[in-house]
Amino acid sequence: MISDVVVAAIQVLVVGAGAPLLVGALRTLRARLVGRRGPSPWQPYADLRKLLAKEAVVSTTTSWVFRATPYLLVATMLVIALIVPISVARPPLAFAGDIILLVYLFMLGTFFLALAGLDAGSAFGGMGASRAVAIAALAEPTIIVAVFALALRAGTIDLGRVVERFGREPWLAANPAHLLAFAAFFIVMLAETGRLPVDNPATHLELTMIHEAMVLEYSGRYLALVEWAAAMKLFLFMALLANLFFPWGLTGPAEPVPMLLGLLALAGKLAVLASAVAVLETTVAKLRLFRVPELLAGSFALAFLSLMAVILVR
Amino acid sequence: MDRLAYGLATLIGIAATGLGGYGMLGGAGTLRLAWLVPLGGLELSLDPLGGFFLALIGFTAVPASIYAMGYAGGEGRDRFAYLVFVVSMGLVPLASNAMTFAIAWELMSLASYFLVLHDRESKESIRAAWIYAVMTHAGLACLLAGMLLLGAGAGSLRFDDWRAAAPALAGTARSAAFVLLALGFAGKAGVIPLHVWLPLAHPAAPSHVSALMSGVMIKLGVYGLLRASLDWLGVGPAWWGAALLVAGAASSVIGVLYALVEHDLKRLLAFHSIENIGIILLGVGSATLYRSAGLEALALLGLAAALYHTVNHAAFKALLFLGAGAVVHATGTRNMEEMGGLIKRMPWTAACFLVGSAAIAALPPLNGFVSEWLTFLVLFQNTRLDAVGLNLVFTLGIASLALTGGLAMACFVKAFGITFLALPRSDAAAHAHEAPPPMRFAMVTLAASCVALGLGATLVIPALGAVAASVLRTAPPATVGDWLTLRVSGDFASLSTLAIAVALVASLLVPVVALRLVGASRRTRGYETWGCGRIVQTARMEYTATAFANPFKRVFDFFYRPTKHLDIDFHPESRFFVERIEYENPTRSIFDDWLYRPALDLLRVVARAAGTVQSGSANLYLAYILAALLLMLVLA
Amino acid sequence: MFRQLRTALRTGIVTEPVARGGEIERIGTRLAWEIARLFGRSLAIRQVDAGSCNGCELEIGGLTGPHYDLERFGVHFVASPRHADCLLVTGPVTRNMAEALRRTWRATPDPKFVVAVGDCGRDGGLFRGSYAVVGGVADVVPVDAVIPGCPPSPAALLAGLLEAIGRPR
Repeated sequence: MISDVVVAAIQVLVVGAGAPLLVGALRTLRARLVGRRGPSPWQPYADLRKLLAKEAVVSTTTSWVFRATPYLLVATMLVIALIVPISVARPPLAFAGDIILLVYLFMLGTFFLALAGLDAGSAFGGMGASRAVAIAALAEPTIIVAVFALALRAGTIDLGRVVERFGREPWLAANPAHLLAFAAFFIVMLAETGRLPVDNPATHLELTMIHEAMVLEYSGRYLALVEWAAAMKLFLFMALLANLFFPWGLTGPAEPVPMLLGLLALAGKLAVLASAVAVLETTVAKLRLFRVPELLAGSFALAFLSLMAVILVR
Repeated sequence: MDRLAYGLATLIGIAATGLGGYGMLGGAGTLRLAWLVPLGGLELSLDPLGGFFLALIGFTAVPASIYAMGYAGGEGRDRFAYLVFVVSMGLVPLASNAMTFAIAWELMSLASYFLVLHDRESKESIRAAWIYAVMTHAGLACLLAGMLLLGAGAGSLRFDDWRAAAPALAGTARSAAFVLLALGFAGKAGVIPLHVWLPLAHPAAPSHVSALMSGVMIKLGVYGLLRASLDWLGVGPAWWGAALLVAGAASSVIGVLYALVEHDLKRLLAFHSIENIGIILLGVGSATLYRSAGLEALALLGLAAALYHTVNHAAFKALLFLGAGAVVHATGTRNMEEMGGLIKRMPWTAACFLVGSAAIAALPPLNGFVSEWLTFLVLFQNTRLDAVGLNLVFTLGIASLALTGGLAMACFVKAFGITFLALPRSDAAAHAHEAPPPMRFAMVTLAASCVALGLGATLVIPALGAVAASVLRTAPPATVGDWLTLRVSGDFASLSTLAIAVALVASLLVPVVALRLVGASRRTRGYETWGCGRIVQTARMEYTATAFANPFKRVFDFFYRPTKHLDIDFHPESRFFVERIEYENPTRSIFDDWLYRPALDLLRVVARAAGTVQSGSANLYLAYILAALLLMLVLA
Repeated sequence: MFRQLRTALRTGIVTEPVARGGEIERIGTRLAWEIARLFGRSLAIRQVDAGSCNGCELEIGGLTGPHYDLERFGVHFVASPRHADCLLVTGPVTRNMAEALRRTWRATPDPKFVVAVGDCGRDGGLFRGSYAVVGGVADVVPVDAVIPGCPPSPAALLAGLLEAIGRPR
């Protein structure tokens, strides 16, 4: 039995070191799908390394909130990495919280990033902040209702126990309530991590930016931290999606071989999810901003249907 | 002189906290003065629930009074009203018969009326105080009707007698009493749609009074609802709890929706009070529903969640109002569109306001998160009830609570960001000064209590569970986890705010150390904000509060019915040049349009029709007297 | 959606290899090897239009397409100068854009370098001597390299940029 500290270190390392690779792979895949050779999947590491060598230009209108936010974002993501099942079903901090805590921890990050966007005193930052919190607020009912549907079937909202119970359920992938909840969660993942069709991470037009607009003022090491935290957010959301809904390969005991198998299974699941996101991003156009609430309402309807399927079948 | 008055109030607050704590721990006592007032006399008694609310009053009154010491100005009348306000609020949870309760309630309302009216010149204050007086007395009428109905059924006006006689009362009488009492108390608590006085009265009062009104007085409405639904009337039918739950869900969402589009800082906070009352009602409604279904453990959990949110809301709402008061005091305006950049001029106030904002946005590991989490858990376990209709009601509650959480976060990004961050938008904001030491002390203690209530959840919940158990008359819950972790309903969920806090602090060090290790550049240069190379960069380039709320106005336009006012001043010589543009996007409350205006119009029509009875003709009056005499002879 | 996917997969990758022999004039306020060391694997470019006729912009726009694919070398365009390492300036600097260009340059964090594009960027080109024009970009901000041409083709731009960051062809 590996000690908790080692498991914690492994999870933090996997998330911290693996997140830029996920973002890079997504970019390469998108490029290949439109006929370009595209950057190498290891490109984000080179980007981060270069950013660390640059000076940080900080606007004189900002306050300590602006400078503290990158560190707080990274801290939030690292704490979430200790709660989400990545290599084992019950990571070290699993006793400290559940899915509701995760939702609100992500909101903690969004709260401070929005404040940092407003702090610079530019119209871009304010606009990005306003849109980002609107989308986060509208996505929340979907997540909670989908979580409620899961909790109903598993009898608990503790992540580790949900994973264990679903792992033992046969025909999990054919359960309609499960698939509906997965679809709802997938749409919320796109919204919260700023992927198409909600937000284009590669846009240069400030009027179309949501997440990027809030980080326009960051540079140097602050920008490196913010980009790293954003990559970790994508990794953690996808890992949550993969391991919560399809927990194959995740086991309870913290032994070396089962953990390695769990990590390999996660890599496979992330590859599938990333491919799906890349295909979606290259074939679907970005939604107009005020059509996004309609998309989120649709995802809420899916989550609600999933809940009804569980309640009425019980 | 004013320090003496507020010092006295502080001492009363400390005494109240002590007495309340003693009551919560199980101490009891009674005081009877039968000769003081008619209809039963003055009767005060202490029980755990009353003790809890008394402690709450004291706990909030202490920082508010210390804050008020730093508040220059105010007349002797205001100080006297303040003392009466605090004392009468303390008497309400202690009252144990209807007369005492009504007297204490009315004293509280009158004292707060005078406090709301403290700026006697302003039309806005006068209107706010008038509407407040009307609504509170309409509520009192409902309360008295309910209490008298219950008293007639039970044969006495003492609360103990009601508890004993409740099971024997007819179902319709109990339900009628419940409806009347609930309406009266809900009006005081500010539940939608009886909330119309709250956003007018709370901003008009001085900030320490607003803190008390929002933090404590509306909680006394909750106290009344708790007594009515769980204590005096015994176990009721399921629709009581369902009605409270739906009212809570509606209040929470609608309250925060109207808060989002406000740019008067104190009115924004007042609407948030409505939202939090909604969240508390979700807990109370669930507790009532579970109790009527026989699920005592869940009812206990629901009541504990409601009580926890009550104390949390008192802490962070008082903190936010005191902070807002400091800001208004320093800048002379309540309008957020004229503030900005205050974090550099008022660092202490800004830091405390940030803690309050994070707490009310339910961000872990602060106290707001723990009580919302507990409320979620209470709502999640509704599948133990077998009725699909009730399951749907609970699902509505879950969706509302989730939406509220997100919208509250958005609203406080706006409130903190526009008020404190970036550049000052007016001269007044550019010359603001930090709050004086008493105000700062009060705010810091409340901020510390928010953190303590969050990290110490494992100590608070067993205490609240004991109070809840005494109200529901069941055994107190089995140990809910140890000093580190909260474990709820067996293995349904667990939470450890202390572990999360420690993990967050440790994780903050990780990027710092990592940057140091990889040798990242530590150079920093200050320069202007990127404005696309624009030559002139002023505060006019910043985002405004109206703009920030725009996405919400579009999505929820059913509730807001926004109208656009565009005022363009053209250059006198050519319409191609513009001198000035003024854009306003005000929102209208659907309750004003659909509920209050029609109700007032109906009242006017009825009053005019009834007025024809008073024709002024002496002959007609003599005819009335004759008719009355004949009627009495027939009836006798 | 699927038709587009099928077309994309059938067409495959159309990126062309880089043409040799790009012309680049080094005015150099910064040593070439230093730029290569810092930005050889990752370069963020902010393009600034200092009054150009947009001919150079059209050619630069072609760089992000599938045929020239700038991104495969780790180079990408960014929206904010705070994120940028290199300012790609086009156009003779008009008097109205001079101050904006200076502010953009100051908003970019060090270490950075400036590449002026086109004959206009070198010395004003077609518009040299006009009353509305300051001169080449070097008259406003320190320039490290110039890619001449009117306009330079995307292949020349690509080769020039790669040589500036010392990437092997």
